[in-house]
Amino acid sequence: MSCATRRSFMKSGALALLGLGSVPRFLVRTAYAQGTATRPKILIAVFQRGAVDGLSMVVPHGDPSYYASRGSIAVARPVAGNAEATVDLDGFFGLHPAMASLKPLWDDQRLAIVHACGSPDTTRSHFDAQDYMESGTPGVKSTQDGWLARGLSATLAPGASPFRAVAMGTQLPRSLRGDVGAVAMGAVADFDVKQDMGRKGGGGINARNGFESLYEQGVRDILHGTGRETFDAVKMLKGANPQRFPPANGAQYPRGRLGESLKQIAQLIKADVGLEVAFADAGGWDTHANQGNERGQLAQRLTEFSQSLAALYRDLGDRMADVVVLTMSEFGRTVRENGNRGTDHGHATAMLVLGGAVRGGRMVGRWPGLAREQLYEGRDLAVTTDFRHLFAEVAGRHLNVPASAPLFPGFSTNPARYPGVLV
Amino acid sequence: MKSLVGSLSVLALVGAVSAGCSSAPGKPHVPVAAVSAPAVPARATIALPASTLSEDQRIIHVLNRLGYGPRPGDLERVRQIGLAAYVDRQLDQGRVPDDRLEASLKAFPALTMSVSDLLHGYPEPDPKLLAKAQSGEMSQQEIRQIAPLERRPARIAVELQAAKLTRAVLSERQLQEVMVDFWFNHFNVDARKGAVKWMIADYEQTAIRPHALGKFRDLLLATAQHPAMLFYLDNWMSTKADLVVRTGPLRGRQMGLNENYAREIMELHTLGVDGGYTQKDVIDVARAFTGWSIDRPREHGAPVFRLAAHDQGEKHILGHVLPPGGGEQDGVRVIEILSRHPSTSHFIATKLARRFVSDDPPPALVERAAKTFRDTDGDLRKVMVTIISSPEFFSAEAYRAKIKTPLEIVVSSVRALDGELTPPEPAGGGQPGGGFALAQQVGKLGEPLYQQQPPTGYPDVAEAWVNTGALLSRMNFALGLTANRVPGVRVDLARAVGTADRRRPERVLDVLLGSVLQGQATAETRTVLAAQLDNPEITRATMDDRTNTDVEKLAALVLGSPEFQRR
Repeated sequence: MSCATRRSFMKSGALALLGLGSVPRFLVRTAYAQGTATRPKILIAVFQRGAVDGLSMVVPHGDPSYYASRGSIAVARPVAGNAEATVDLDGFFGLHPAMASLKPLWDDQRLAIVHACGSPDTTRSHFDAQDYMESGTPGVKSTQDGWLARGLSATLAPGASPFRAVAMGTQLPRSLRGDVGAVAMGAVADFDVKQDMGRKGGGGINARNGFESLYEQGVRDILHGTGRETFDAVKMLKGANPQRFPPANGAQYPRGRLGESLKQIAQLIKADVGLEVAFADAGGWDTHANQGNERGQLAQRLTEFSQSLAALYRDLGDRMADVVVLTMSEFGRTVRENGNRGTDHGHATAMLVLGGAVRGGRMVGRWPGLAREQLYEGRDLAVTTDFRHLFAEVAGRHLNVPASAPLFPGFSTNPARYPGVLV
Repeated sequence: MKSLVGSLSVLALVGAVSAGCSSAPGKPHVPVAAVSAPAVPARATIALPASTLSEDQRIIHVLNRLGYGPRPGDLERVRQIGLAAYVDRQLDQGRVPDDRLEASLKAFPALTMSVSDLLHGYPEPDPKLLAKAQSGEMSQQEIRQIAPLERRPARIAVELQAAKLTRAVLSERQLQEVMVDFWFNHFNVDARKGAVKWMIADYEQTAIRPHALGKFRDLLLATAQHPAMLFYLDNWMSTKADLVVRTGPLRGRQMGLNENYAREIMELHTLGVDGGYTQKDVIDVARAFTGWSIDRPREHGAPVFRLAAHDQGEKHILGHVLPPGGGEQDGVRVIEILSRHPSTSHFIATKLARRFVSDDPPPALVERAAKTFRDTDGDLRKVMVTIISSPEFFSAEAYRAKIKTPLEIVVSSVRALDGELTPPEPAGGGQPGGGFALAQQVGKLGEPLYQQQPPTGYPDVAEAWVNTGALLSRMNFALGLTANRVPGVRVDLARAVGTADRRRPERVLDVLLGSVLQGQATAETRTVLAAQLDNPEITRATMDDRTNTDVEKLAALVLGSPEFQRR
């Protein structure tokens, strides 16, 4: 309760600072836009829900067991000039050919890949594994808040924006649940009480005020807390008007949910609304059947995934200096192809880190190998990098979350064991 | 009926007969009527406990929990027949006439067609035809003449969504609709995955609906053998290890085990993730279900047992041994083991109590409901009686404790204002009507129906549905609905407000609070809304007409109030 009180206080402090209390609320420009605040570092987290097959996304073509284990779903060895084969990175690993759009980022040393990354927990349940990764407490179900929310709580400063944390979508992900008042939005354009819904002129504004009053009451529960945050955010977003920023530098986002989400996150960044953490979901990775190899179902998902990331990188241009994108998935998939040209639930997978501050062009983490005796429970890629070390490095070195923050309760994050993805 | 309604013991007998040839898994070759004796509903009135809630609050609570919220006049009607009698009738759908709804559903023929008929009646348009449209060789209009939109596969989900909203708004059998929604979500399938789009309507109609207040193991078996589930969780392709296909288009291909269904039937459908199974159990359950397949999913779509694909070896599942050579009965045995496992009683009781009582249901109630489940061999009607007749259900803590899901907010709003749905054009070819329009609103609010990709279904706790964007969308829906801007539904606020004097806004407000919130608004909400009445833009429709309360906006504020977000 004290946290909530503190947050409300900080938030009202922020709004007072921005003058939202006195001048007409919808005309307000943000302090960032006026150059009175420094630009924050930004983390964009992308969750590949459904457990992406890390062995097809980042192909260990140099591992002698890879082609023997994978049968029809193996992605072909790199062949110079062949766009249908693995895109070689370092002679041992390569990108799936559908991800060729990320190769320039690798070459620019802005993309690092952590392979054999995952959770120490052994569950193969999508739901539990996602929950553990987002709460940051593998094996513990009682954790109420998410790791990103805890990280942001630890860096809460006066003048903080209601848009510090934004999730694109209709539901707030577990990672951002907690005491930071994270905003969930389906689309930037829909984030207001609709002015034209009531037929008579000015209907939206007075309806908004009416709703605001309803949720301003003293009751402390989930609805009222959310309601208050909602109206703070609505008013600020109107002033910042992110939709005036179309994609820049010729960036073309692919059709689909992830591209749309990243496009709007880029708009929020360019509109300087004080964004520090953005969250986007990408689904469709649970490839139990007919996964495909260089082409097919997974290739299609990877095309959209990598083209969305590449478009964001191009769109943000110089602003990528302040941005890190971290991709994650709840676990990987079986090393062996299953009976239906697909893969079942496995253990470790690969995670991508890209951005201006990334020590890229490198594979990070120890490769455990794909020989049967090297596999986890004789069937899955073993975990050699605990995802918490990766997340802790990004939170600590990029977002400046202090080491004392309870990012991962019950786990001592040792900087010496950080994978070393950031400068 | 294409899917099985019979009892398991009979199945066990019949299974031996069908071994060796292809047949529907577990499907008896005897008339259904001969084997299934539907439980005769108890006529005795349910005993409702004492409660600190007022009688009106108890009625409102029941209308909100066992249904999609009160319509104008419902409170009075239940008062008249008595709450216990009302609950009794809801528990026994056969006693509630529903003619108006039945008539409305006639416009949706896809609902009651077999999978095979749907495959033939709603075929995928010829890809060559679509290519011609892409290249400009044929106009969209010409294409539609050859392959009309209302005869394409997508039409099936349109009718299914339209029917779901029509039922939720109109049906007198409210508990039935709530239970169907609950169990569909529990045994979720996604219409967008491959051939599921032809199977999903029959799945709800024949696997879920008949068992929604029946026996859990019948429900589990019906879902297990339905092609929609077999396809959605890939079991139809799962075979014994290293099987080489001998004939057909996949000739020569090596097949094998697929763990997808085996894991989810234990994690999501029965035991729960902490229910005590291991990876070894997952593999042996998958082996037991090998051969439970579909006959040509895109041509015929009937369930079939393929003996050649079945792993005839011995299986060890949760301490039970399935001897070698069990054939298609292996899967039936697994259903028996899982439906009678203590973890299942606890898991199902918890989920039901979460839906009907509170996000964190009282453990004592869950334990009593689980005991009823075990004592009655999974009689879901009796489990519901335990929950509804508990002091916990009627406790002050449970009253309005649940945040409405998008489906619930949309339907309860329309019901509260007695909205009229635009009727669909008859005979299933034309406009799908107001039900479909409302389903699209539910989708916009974050719950696209029949399109939840993960097998977990939609969550049933407040945290999942309360966030900034969602609240704004709800407020916008309220503003749209009261201004008659939501397509497919008309509300008559003049009727809702009745004879209240519009020159006296506080009178109008009182009537709205009475009809939408049954007078149960908190003092704070009443005060805040009353204060809004002084706002000149809210009080008057126009600046120069002093006599008109803006009823639309006032009604929207009541629908968007914190109280109405709860049930």
